This record gives sequence, structure tokens and C-alpha cells, in this order.
Amino acid sequence: MTEKKWPETWQEVNPGCMVFRPGSAAAYHTGSWRAMRPIWDNVKCIKCGVCYIYCPEGCVTEDADGFFEVNLDYCKGCGICAHECWPSAIKMVNEEE
Amino acid sequence: MSKRVGMEVTTACAEAAALCRIDVASVYPITPQSHIAEHLSEIVNDGRLDASFMTVESEHSALSAAMGASATGARVFTATASQGLLFMSEILPITSAMRFPVVMIIANRAISGPINIWNDHSDIMHTRDTGWISFFADNGQEVVDMTIQAFKVGENRNVMLPVNVNVDGFQLTHTVEPILFPDQEEVDRFLPEYVPYATLHPDRPVSMGTLGVPEIYAEAQKAKDVAIVNSIKVVKEVWKEWEKLFGRKYEPIQSYRTKDADVALVTMGSMGETAEIAVDALRKQGVKAGLLKIKLWRPFPFAELKKAVKGIRVLAVTDRACSFGGPGGPVFSEIRSALYEESVRPAIVNYLIGLGGRDVQVEDFMEMVRKAAKGKLSEPYEFYGVRG
Amino acid sequence: MLEIRWHGRGGQGAVTSVELLALSAIEEGKYAQGFPSFGTERRGAPVTAFNRFDDKQIKIRSGIYHPDVVVVLDESLVALVDVAEGLKPTGILLVNTTKSLADLKKIIRFEGKIATCDATGIARKELGVPITNTTMLGALLKVTGIVKLSSLNAPLKERFGRLAPKNQAAAKRAYEEVKIN
Repeated sequence: MTEKKWPETWQEVNPGCMVFRPGSAAAYHTGSWRAMRPIWDNVKCIKCGVCYIYCPEGCVTEDADGFFEVNLDYCKGCGICAHECWPSAIKMVNEEE
Repeated sequence: MSKRVGMEVTTACAEAAALCRIDVASVYPITPQSHIAEHLSEIVNDGRLDASFMTVESEHSALSAAMGASATGARVFTATASQGLLFMSEILPITSAMRFPVVMIIANRAISGPINIWNDHSDIMHTRDTGWISFFADNGQEVVDMTIQAFKVGENRNVMLPVNVNVDGFQLTHTVEPILFPDQEEVDRFLPEYVPYATLHPDRPVSMGTLGVPEIYAEAQKAKDVAIVNSIKVVKEVWKEWEKLFGRKYEPIQSYRTKDADVALVTMGSMGETAEIAVDALRKQGVKAGLLKIKLWRPFPFAELKKAVKGIRVLAVTDRACSFGGPGGPVFSEIRSALYEESVRPAIVNYLIGLGGRDVQVEDFMEMVRKAAKGKLSEPYEFYGVRG
Repeated sequence: MLEIRWHGRGGQGAVTSVELLALSAIEEGKYAQGFPSFGTERRGAPVTAFNRFDDKQIKIRSGIYHPDVVVVLDESLVALVDVAEGLKPTGILLVNTTKSLADLKKIIRFEGKIATCDATGIARKELGVPITNTTMLGALLKVTGIVKLSSLNAPLKERFGRLAPKNQAAAKRAYEEVKIN
């Protein structure tokens, strides 16, 4: 059974509109807002992790080799990682590219 | 066993909150409420109550902190007045929407301007539609009783709403008078430990204060309205239980000598008993006067009002607040609207009285009844006794 | 019902007096109210405070305009304020003063009963400070008999702790020395 997006009737509204399903916000893929996405050039990357620290969505993760990648389900394409990356290893490209 | 004690009403109020074994008090002092904050902080400091007394920087913070504490499952008390209540107004509807049974004493005081520290009901009326249950007390005894009752009503699983107890500033707050205090065991039996519906706890994750998009906002408001409308059942049950335990009767509308009354006054708050004296005096003169005292303002007791006005020819409704450019005072417009669909209904006149601490004496109430007997005043609502 | 108006200056303890007196009466099982003149308090400014006493529950909440008794804590107020205003002709005016009745009558327009007490003198001796509120309570109890003098003891103890005996002594002396004319 798929979960309802919201209660169908007022009787189904939890007192105080409380939501008892933890992590329900994760079901919302904010990645759909993205117009540009970050691309990492691992030749330039020095594994400093500044992209990981600055990502406001927390969707940059470290891979097994110590390089960084992005979870595109949640990346809004804000470009903060690319702006902060001082070796210029991150480039923002159009979503269509 | 109850104990009869002489006490200032604000002090009594703090003692009543302590008897309820509150966990958190989050209070910012403001005249004429300050003695509540002062005395409660003394009780906590003296170790008589195991509670956290939070000193906050404003009323906005006082109620915000109260909500936060309530979200953890604490029994929470706060108190304010006038501008303080208005400063809280952003948080008031959130407290009720999040269904936190916070109890608040409002030491009713006029709102500015002109700046005024004295008693009327403009503060509570300003925040009327925020979804709080509202009690009005006549005297110090009722303040103590209602403070304890408020927790029981608010915490009921079928209610889960904040409750405010309205206490007329100065006239009640600053008066020393005899009050019967139930003992701790009696209060503990009447008001068991608070079992919250949900708390912020990592073992049982919950999101509180969520976003209500257009697809859900109306349903959320409807659910809140149904909750407060239905709470009257619980209020009446709690008041019945109180009467059985302590012998003091509380009703949403308390009638005084209305059985064969021709003209009945309507009051809320501490002027009710002064009006009783006026009714007695008029009766002695052969005038069939009566009085209706509203003790429960929200949810408004529509059915009880309709029953209470049966046979009365004229209602003289007194208001302690203005609705500028509106139909008359808030109590008046409520009552008139409540009776609109009745085939037989009394004529209703409206007096704005006791604004900003203006004294209202027995003779004033007698005069209001005499003037109201015609069934109509020269104006839709009259600023009683205003000069000019 | 008996109604009392107190005149004092902010800080002289008129409000404490009405509180102590109400508490004493309530201790005795009576009904009482004690309340200040509502509003802002300013040290040194003339202030009033009020009491009501009855054997049954007191319902009235409006102000007191025709008191049965007026108590004046500070002699200098007599020239500033019409202390006898509204006082019932059958009532009593109790003044803290060393003046003679004849001198007092020159400034106060009141034809009824006037009682005097050198409360400042008593307070200086018994308390060491010219704070006359508890002293005048003793004088008032003699004049009116609202409560027994001993009924003041518990509220005084609650309020003043180790200083209570001095206040009790001052009240007792005023009780004995007040002159009812």
C-alpha cells in the first residue's frame, strides 16, 4: 500500500498535525529543483572535503577512495560546493548536458 | 482537608500552580501579574516545588519556551497580562494548534493606548480567536479552583488544548482575601501525573510543528475547532467532579435570581458579585432583576446560554472591551449571534463598562438595569458613564 | 460590613497594614478584604489602601468611598489630602499625631469622632525607626475592636520574623495609649 501524501479528511489529521513517521522528509526528492549539477575533476581534487562541509543539503559524501560525490536525489544545484572548492575541481554544468 | 487561608490572590495563584506539581514555569513579569512570577520563583527557590523556573527575556519567549517544555511532556504554567499577552500573540495559536495543554493566568489589564495598567478585558479579547479554552474567575477562590481545573481539562486526551484563566487585574490580583486550599493529596487525586499524547524523545521520533500546505491547512483548522467545541463536555465533567469533591459549583453560565427575571445583567469576571448585590437591591425595590455570569468564554456555551435566557425579556450585556467600528462589545455580539435563530429571544442592550480600571459600583449596575428595561438604548452600544 | 481607608506615604507600609489586618481577621474566621489603591506606587507620594470586614462572604469589588474608619499614618498628610473625605459622620478618624484635638480640628473638616496616637514616638522607641504602620494597627484595634490584639501576632510573625516581637510591642503600646476623643 502506498502511503497517503496527506490525510484525506480532518478526522485523519493527527492532533497537532504531528508526524510519527521518522525521516518522512527524505521521501521528498529536492533534486528535482536542480537546473545545474556539480561535476568533480578528481585529478584536481585534493580531498580536502570543503565541498562536503559546505553542502547545505548534506548530500555530498566521501567515496571509498576519499574522493567526493553527490547524491542527485537531493542536490538542488546551488553551486556552493563549486564556489568553495579552492583547487577548482568542481564545475557546475547544465542539467541537460 | 481544605485549609482556609488569607492570601493575596496572585500569591494564591502561584500556590495553586505549585499544588498542581508543575514541572516548568516560564513567566515574564508584568503588572499586575508580577506577584505571580515573584511568588512562584520563591516557591521553586525554597525547594517547595521541584520545578524549573525559566527566566526569559520577553513574553514571546515565555510562551515559546513553555511550548518547548510542553513538547517534552512537562506540565507547564505561565502567566501574563495586557501588552505581554499581545506580545505572545504570535505564539498563542501555535500552542493550541500543536495541542499543548499549557495553563496561563491572564491578570486582565487594558491594552495601550493610552497607556493604562488597570483592569479591563481588552487583552483577552484581542487574542480571543487563538484556540485557547478561556475561564473567567469571579473571586480569589475561583482563581485557585480554576487554575487546578485548567490542567485537568487541558490535559484530557479528548481535549489537549491550552487553557487560560482570566483574573481581573488589581480588583482580584492585588486583594488579600480568604481562600480555601485543597491539600496536596486531594489535588494529587484530582489531578494525576500528566501523561502526554506524544513527546520529543529519540525512542519514539515525532515531528511537531509541521508545514500545513493548502491541501491540509483547512482540515487541520477543522480538527482544532472540533477539539475545542467538544471540550465543553470535559469542562463540565471536570466542574461536576470538582463540585462533588469540594462542594463549589461551576457552570459555563451561572444564573443568579433569573427564575422570574424581567431584566438580566450579563457579566464576566470579578464584577459579577458586585452585580449580584445590585440585583438583590433591585429585587428589594420590586424590580425583577437577574444576572447571568459567563464563566466559560471559549468554547462559548451556546446551548447553556439559550437555556439560561428562557423567560428573560431584556438582557443587559456588559462588556469590558471595545470592538472599534464593530457591532458592540465582543460578549454582546457573541450573545446576540447565539440567539439569532431563536424564535423567542430577549431584547439585548450593550454597555461598555469598567474600561481601563474605571470603577463600577452597585448603583451603576442598578441604573443599567433600569435603563435597559425599555429594551433599547439610544445607541447600539453605550459607553456607560462616559463624559460628554 | 466595616470599611476602612488608610492614608500613608509610599513606603510607610499602608499596604502592609491592610494586609496584616485582613489576615488577622481571616485567622479569626471572619471575612475580609485588603487591597491597595490600584495603580503605580511611588515612594513618598500620598497613597491610600483599603480594608473591608464582615461576618459573611464579601462580594463587592468596587472602591470604598464612604468608609467607617479612616487611619492616617503620617501627620503631614492632613494638610495635603482631605483625609476625612466621604468618611461617615458616625465614623472614626484615627490620626498619628502629637497635636491636640483642638489643633487638629483646625485643619481637618470632620465633626465626628477623632482618635489620636503618637505612633511616631512609640515606633521610634519600640522599633527604633519612625515606621508607624504596625503601631497604628494597635491603635486601630483599640478604637474599632475588629480583631483581638493577639490575632495580629501570627501575621506579624509571618511577615517580620525576628522583628515581630518589636512590632507586637509597638502595637500593644499604641493599643494602650491611643486617645479617643
